[in-house]
Amino acid sequence: MGEVKLDLLQGTLDLMVLQTLATLGTLHGYGIARRIEQVSGDEILLNQGTIYASLVRLQQRGWISAEWGTSENNRKAKYYSITKSGRKQLAKDAAYWQRLSNVMGRVLSMPAEGEL
Amino acid sequence: MGAMREGWNRMLSFFHKPERDAEMEAELASHVELAVEENMRQGMPEPEARRKALVRIGGVQQARERQREARGLPWLDVLLQDVRYTLRTLRRDRSFTVVAVLILALGIGANIAVFSVVNTILLRPLPFPDSQRLIRITAKDPKGGESSMTYTTDATQEYQQRNKSFQQVTGYFAFTGPDNYKLGGHGVPLPVTGILVMGNFFQTLEVQPMLGRLFTADECLPKGRPAVLLSYPFWKRQFHANRDIVGQAIDLNNTPVTVVGVLPKTFDFGSVFSPGSKVDIFTPFIMHDFQDDGNALALIGRLKPGVTLAAAQAEADLLFPKLVANLRHPGWNEHYTARQMLLKQYVTGKLHRSLIVLWCAVGMILLIVCVNLSNLLLARTAARSKEFAMRTALGAGRGRLIRQLLTESLILSGAGALLGLGIAFAVIEFLAHQGSIALPLLSDLRIDGATLAWTVAVAIVSGAAFGLMPGLKMSSGNLQETLKDSGSGAGEGKKHEELRSALVISEVALACVLLVGAGLLLRSFLHILDVDLGFEPSHAAAISVEYTDGGNAAKRSAIWQEIIHRVEAIPGVETAGITDNLPLSRNRSWDISAKGQTYRPGELQDTFVFIVSPGYLRAIGMRLLAGRDVSWSDGPKSQSVVIINETVARKLWPGQDPIGRIAMVGGGEARVIGVIADVHESSVEGDPGWQMYLPATQAEPEGAQLVVRTKVPPDVLASSVMATLRQINPGQPATEFRPIQGLVDHAVSPQRFFVLLVDIFAGLGLLLASLGIYGVISYSVTQRTQEIGIRMALGASRWNVQWSVIWKTLRLVLVGMVVGLAASFAASRLIATLLYGTAATDPKTFGAVTLLLLGVALLAGYLPAWRASRINPMIALRNN
Repeated sequence: MGEVKLDLLQGTLDLMVLQTLATLGTLHGYGIARRIEQVSGDEILLNQGTIYASLVRLQQRGWISAEWGTSENNRKAKYYSITKSGRKQLAKDAAYWQRLSNVMGRVLSMPAEGEL
Repeated sequence: MGAMREGWNRMLSFFHKPERDAEMEAELASHVELAVEENMRQGMPEPEARRKALVRIGGVQQARERQREARGLPWLDVLLQDVRYTLRTLRRDRSFTVVAVLILALGIGANIAVFSVVNTILLRPLPFPDSQRLIRITAKDPKGGESSMTYTTDATQEYQQRNKSFQQVTGYFAFTGPDNYKLGGHGVPLPVTGILVMGNFFQTLEVQPMLGRLFTADECLPKGRPAVLLSYPFWKRQFHANRDIVGQAIDLNNTPVTVVGVLPKTFDFGSVFSPGSKVDIFTPFIMHDFQDDGNALALIGRLKPGVTLAAAQAEADLLFPKLVANLRHPGWNEHYTARQMLLKQYVTGKLHRSLIVLWCAVGMILLIVCVNLSNLLLARTAARSKEFAMRTALGAGRGRLIRQLLTESLILSGAGALLGLGIAFAVIEFLAHQGSIALPLLSDLRIDGATLAWTVAVAIVSGAAFGLMPGLKMSSGNLQETLKDSGSGAGEGKKHEELRSALVISEVALACVLLVGAGLLLRSFLHILDVDLGFEPSHAAAISVEYTDGGNAAKRSAIWQEIIHRVEAIPGVETAGITDNLPLSRNRSWDISAKGQTYRPGELQDTFVFIVSPGYLRAIGMRLLAGRDVSWSDGPKSQSVVIINETVARKLWPGQDPIGRIAMVGGGEARVIGVIADVHESSVEGDPGWQMYLPATQAEPEGAQLVVRTKVPPDVLASSVMATLRQINPGQPATEFRPIQGLVDHAVSPQRFFVLLVDIFAGLGLLLASLGIYGVISYSVTQRTQEIGIRMALGASRWNVQWSVIWKTLRLVLVGMVVGLAASFAASRLIATLLYGTAATDPKTFGAVTLLLLGVALLAGYLPAWRASRINPMIALRNN
């Protein structure tokens, strides 16, 4: 636990959830949370509970849909999957993040004055 | 798209809270189970697996809250919570709630009522389409009443043809008295009031008939088919809203006249053109019939689109001086001028200042109400300070507390506004049916959208105003101090008391300004009532008399003599006389000059003419200063005579005795036989104009008003006078026997209206201010019970204690009064033009207000002082 974990920026969790569902298909809330933790290499400070605010928001916007189902161990769980408009939104948001991170990368690697 | 969908879903979630919560609980539970399962698969024992799972999920409660916020309408949740809480606390504190809502209802109700008056008279356009293009054309410097504000038919027609500014120019006959027609056909003829209007009158105003049609061109020509339009109220009252009346003939002045249409309910001639009177019917003004008359028409025009008032005025300045008054009498020289003003301005312009003053007065009432409420709430929040400290300690933010207090004050002001709307509605209904108040457009008074919007605005602004201060005060308190504080014994802190004192001072200052304004207006009104009118209105009444003389003066003389003779024989009647025009009602003017004299233009003035019987002057109580009254022997064949008023005598024969001199009256010679004291002929507060009185045996009167001076109250004699008139002429319509005092009351009704309202508001302001003083002093006495107890135990006398409380009151009031008097001194200049015979700095008024305020303040302070002096030191000390 040497390094301080990354705080999530506003809206980033929504994007992560969409991406997770887009790649893995149907998944329950716990599964999504675990998947994000694993992919981030445990670098993100994620209280798993916060995922549910994100899920309900995405659902109410019509970007994901939800359905109760049973897990492989016969447990009842709510399963989420991305919708068509969710994919569109994901493409838009992902492109935005890509651009932003490119710009941030360029700005932060700006050479000090006189080096040019 | 997404946002709309989200909003809709949020709303759905808001209304399906239990289901959504249950679903979330199930989901969280399944989350924990899935996590436990996975942890156990990794080899943890179950308790450890569960603990780990709960750690990873974070705060479950927080997760719930965040989910709820993301899915529902959190602000509405908080609002509902606040509202429920407020209603609960207000219900618990019932007496506070009732007092607060009542005070607010009075303040807001007064504001709504006055706003709707201001809105109706000043803000709303006149009830005609495109009314900002309607122009009233009058003379620039009218001195002779209606006659100098009107034009001849020839001048009107010439202006109609030559002007390029107006789409239409129209007019109506300006010399109509009430009850000038009689409606026959059903037993006793019924008096009705009709106005002659030019053929294009309604087209110019763009008024469409509700039933039937307007006048056709040939109905406005000489010997055209007689036609009449009915006003809506008359149609409803007299013809029971019978639609079939259109096309039928009714009997007007013994002639069958066809009803061609009924005007809409929204058209009220009286309320626009002659406030305080009602008009029943409209008949065509036939230009040809008035060719040989003088000025007859009051003109109104509708500007062409795009033409400005200034352009129309410039054109009129060129055209009017050249207009020929009468083509058949080229000698009539009228020196016409025209002042073009917006009809709206003409109708309501004079009221502008009064209404603004009224509006300010109720605005001040609202301020006082807010200050009072602030004070009440401060006292209340002081009592609740522990509750708030506790809530802060439990994590309520400052914003949340202020929000709660604001919700409370807005709910109070909302309830006050609702009740106030009810009060205002009653007041407005009452005012709208006061046909006798000579204020324009009053019948249009109603609660409309603008009024409702104003109500909402007033409620929100006042709620925020009186809620914010206690809110800020409360939430800024020191948490620890408050929680530690053991209660009533400990002092409340100087700051708190200072704030309350400042509120009382401002209340006193506001009440002082209101009282000074009201006092000045009241004194001015009393001056108006005190004016020597030149006649004696009490114990006199007038009735419109119908007779047929065929224009024959000798015949008229005989009829009038009989009427007067027989009416004077009625027991209780002192004397009687007849005139065609009464003072303070319809008027007209002719010219008078001294024979052989030449005058500069402008030296002579239009002179009011009254055509009277012998004895009229005595009957109405005018004072003959020199010479004699007219007599029946001043007949058609004897020398023409005239009685003039002092003003004419002074202007035409300065420093000489006018009796016996020859005057030129309307082109003929007449000998001056008498001089009477000036009479206020057109307004009570205005200066009397030039007046002359001609005998009805030598000049043609327009109608006849029988004036009866009585020894008993006039209305007692109404039926016997009517019976006598019926005996003489069975065709006498059932006209009203109107007290002369009624004319005066009608003339001063706008002033009475304003003074009454402003005085009511000032009284209300005084009451609220004294309540405020009482509240604060009484509260401070309660706070200091212990201190007073100690003082008394140490030997302070009752008198010492009383004096200390009263002195505290006096200090507050004196500061408030100094501020208030200074403000009044500045503000009274603004109402100076509304005052009559009273200086804006009238020392008597200022003195009286000072005494009144001091007296009331002493009373408000004395009650708590008395209570303080009754404190039993033993009990006060033991109590804590």
